[in-house]
Amino acid sequence: MIQQRSGRRWQSTEAHPAGGHLPSIATSTFLKPTPDVALRTPGLRYADQTGSDPTKEMVGRETRKMNMYQAVRDAIALSKDDTAVVFGEDVAFGGVFRCTMGLAEEFGRERVFNTPLTEQGIAGFGIGLASMGHTAIAEIQFADYIFPAFDQIVNEAAKFRFRSHGNFNVGKLTIRCPSMAVGHGGHYHSQSPEGFFMGAHGIKIVIPRSPIQAKGLLLSSIRDPNPVIFMEPKVLYRSSVEQVPMDDYEIELGKAETLTRGNDLTIVSWGTPVYHCETAMKMLSHPPPSLAPNVPASVRGAKIELIDLRTIMPWDVQTVAESVNRTGRLIVVHEAGRTGGVGAEIGAEIQKRCFLKLNAPVRLVTGWDTPVPMQYEKFYMPDPIRILDAVIETLNY
Amino acid sequence: MPGPGHAHGHLPSSTSPVTSQLHFFNSVTDGGKQIPTYRVIDGAGQPLEGAVVPEIDEALARRIYENMVQLPILDDILYNLQRQGRIVFYMTAYGEEAAIIGSAAALAPDDEVLAQYRESGVLLWRGFGYDNIMNQCFGTYLDSCGMGKQMPVHYGSKELHYHTISSPLATQIPQAAGVGYALKRDPARRGKNCAVVYFGEGAASEGDFHAGMLLASTIPSPTLFIARNNGFAISTPSSEQYYGDGIAARGPGYGVHTIRVDGNDVLAVYSATKEARRLCIEEGRAVLVETMTYRVGHHSTSDDSFAYRPRKEVEDRKRLDNPIVRFRLFMESRGWWSKDEEAALTKRIKQDVMTAYKKAESLPKPELKEMFTEVYGGELPWNLKEQREELKKLVKKYGDSWEPWRNELKKHKGEGKDLLQ
Repeated sequence: MIQQRSGRRWQSTEAHPAGGHLPSIATSTFLKPTPDVALRTPGLRYADQTGSDPTKEMVGRETRKMNMYQAVRDAIALSKDDTAVVFGEDVAFGGVFRCTMGLAEEFGRERVFNTPLTEQGIAGFGIGLASMGHTAIAEIQFADYIFPAFDQIVNEAAKFRFRSHGNFNVGKLTIRCPSMAVGHGGHYHSQSPEGFFMGAHGIKIVIPRSPIQAKGLLLSSIRDPNPVIFMEPKVLYRSSVEQVPMDDYEIELGKAETLTRGNDLTIVSWGTPVYHCETAMKMLSHPPPSLAPNVPASVRGAKIELIDLRTIMPWDVQTVAESVNRTGRLIVVHEAGRTGGVGAEIGAEIQKRCFLKLNAPVRLVTGWDTPVPMQYEKFYMPDPIRILDAVIETLNY
Repeated sequence: MPGPGHAHGHLPSSTSPVTSQLHFFNSVTDGGKQIPTYRVIDGAGQPLEGAVVPEIDEALARRIYENMVQLPILDDILYNLQRQGRIVFYMTAYGEEAAIIGSAAALAPDDEVLAQYRESGVLLWRGFGYDNIMNQCFGTYLDSCGMGKQMPVHYGSKELHYHTISSPLATQIPQAAGVGYALKRDPARRGKNCAVVYFGEGAASEGDFHAGMLLASTIPSPTLFIARNNGFAISTPSSEQYYGDGIAARGPGYGVHTIRVDGNDVLAVYSATKEARRLCIEEGRAVLVETMTYRVGHHSTSDDSFAYRPRKEVEDRKRLDNPIVRFRLFMESRGWWSKDEEAALTKRIKQDVMTAYKKAESLPKPELKEMFTEVYGGELPWNLKEQREELKKLVKKYGDSWEPWRNELKKHKGEGKDLLQ
């Protein structure tokens, strides 16, 4: 195992993705470069943990440098359940994003297998398996192609337990799908459809931001007694790299994580844009000369609280409302288009809970209400400059 | 195989022999003929020439007959209850008694059944009982299927291996492939059980039918597909549903063993299903049975089928080819049944159904708080907790003064007080 040298950012050993690393990810302080920091990741609960204090449980644990696809693969392999099967299009050779590399060899083709190219079939098949109490880990190759399975997910998986009053359930179903933009994905390799599933009561929706998060949240999703859609931001598969604890651990669903503390403004985001928010915060306090005229000195010292929502449904309203009641300002950042998006739901709920504490309108920094456009992506995405601008305007409101 | 193409070999991606002949084909059988319909007894209850009557003793025959007979009696009563506004909806199975009971009788009692909605006879065969039927249709607090959460006829029973019915058509078909795969992976049930999925010929037009057949054949899974081709999907005749040779013709396209059966001949259905089940489990693969019937009743209580088909056609079908009459004639020819027994049986079933109906009608609906349960497993999420509190406040405030709520609360067990605690 290669230990990381402290004081110096390390580089991924993986090939660079076609879109190139995003500078915000490569330099992010949210990624854990050393075993010590990784093991102290807040919210980790080791499967073999005996006490309630995770810091005492760190002794002797190992970590390994992983990118997100490796962490996903690690989580699947660790599910420790003979009934668990992994299936989808092209998963047997390792998957088009390598998330299932070597699993077929390790667990056999009966447990890791390709399906014909039918998303409604994949979802239906997984529901059938899960209804029999088997752990079904299904993959939809891109979140953009989950829509043929919309009926199976919304009408069947989500309502399975309710309609039979618990006689049957598909709690052991997890549907993984790569999501969000990748720099050059156009309409159908870029989408963030989490908002569409927010109204599918009975489903949970989870989106990780890093390898440590992906592993812990995926293990929780696989073991959660409800069907979970687990959306993996595909640009992070290779670009986000950190030391990941090797043991079996979970990160609780339904809990947001506060990444930076502040009292002046709350930003809520998830997945890839979390890193854009980090960059925007750096630009706010230390604007590069070209942007300095746009960043008034009065806001540069603003303390911003950045929250990674992690679970989209049921989302952690308590953490967000507590934060906004303290800061009086909220910006929600997501890649999906604005109208009917998750930000609208969060905005309405926070407006209700924090009305008397709000000092500025809730601001949404999102994709525009267009399909994700191929050659215009830089102008479509909620990138650091758009977030920075919203931060300045909200602080100056 | 000799032939002009054989000499040319085949392509790397298939074993199809290359041929120099330009020839289109349009049937899965030789010479463009339709797939035959397997029948054992004729309209008079007599074995067809060359037919092998399945091994069936008097006790089993009587059980099959009694189960067939109960369906129209139960349907008559529940249909009328809906007409009187006592239940909100109902769907009968008139004309399909043989297809449903004949197949149910050929299954093991613990084969996993995923049905569409017109197969409650399978549940009754397994001992579901009229009380459970009535409690589900009336949505009482004793509704074992779904605590009053679904429309009538959406039955289900974990103990009887009958997965809860849902309205979206064909969704159960790919699910069945997954259930079959789970059975195959379970050491306790591998080689012993199969998944059985019922659907109408209309539902077979859904993409999920394609997905299910494809999955159960490609990822070999002991899944028995039983199509009930009754000629109509609500108002749409099967001639507007497909242009090919019914549903059976599709089976071979998926590499699936297939048979078409006279769905009004309970012995043919029994015999075909039994063999289909054996094949299915032995080979661990999908098998397709298409039962040809006629939907004698309306689609549902929300449908008047004489708006799209002549009353005489229906009357003729009822008279000329009634699956119950056909089997009764067979039973009588064996000396297994008499008119006296018939009268006693129908009287007993009517009484039992009426007793169950009266019991259920007097029962309250479930406690109001149940509305928020079983949406999620585990802890109730905050949004639902808060919404339950919101309703609680509203019921407290308006439960006595807002008439629609006041009247409705009286019908629920505990009259809503459970929610207010």
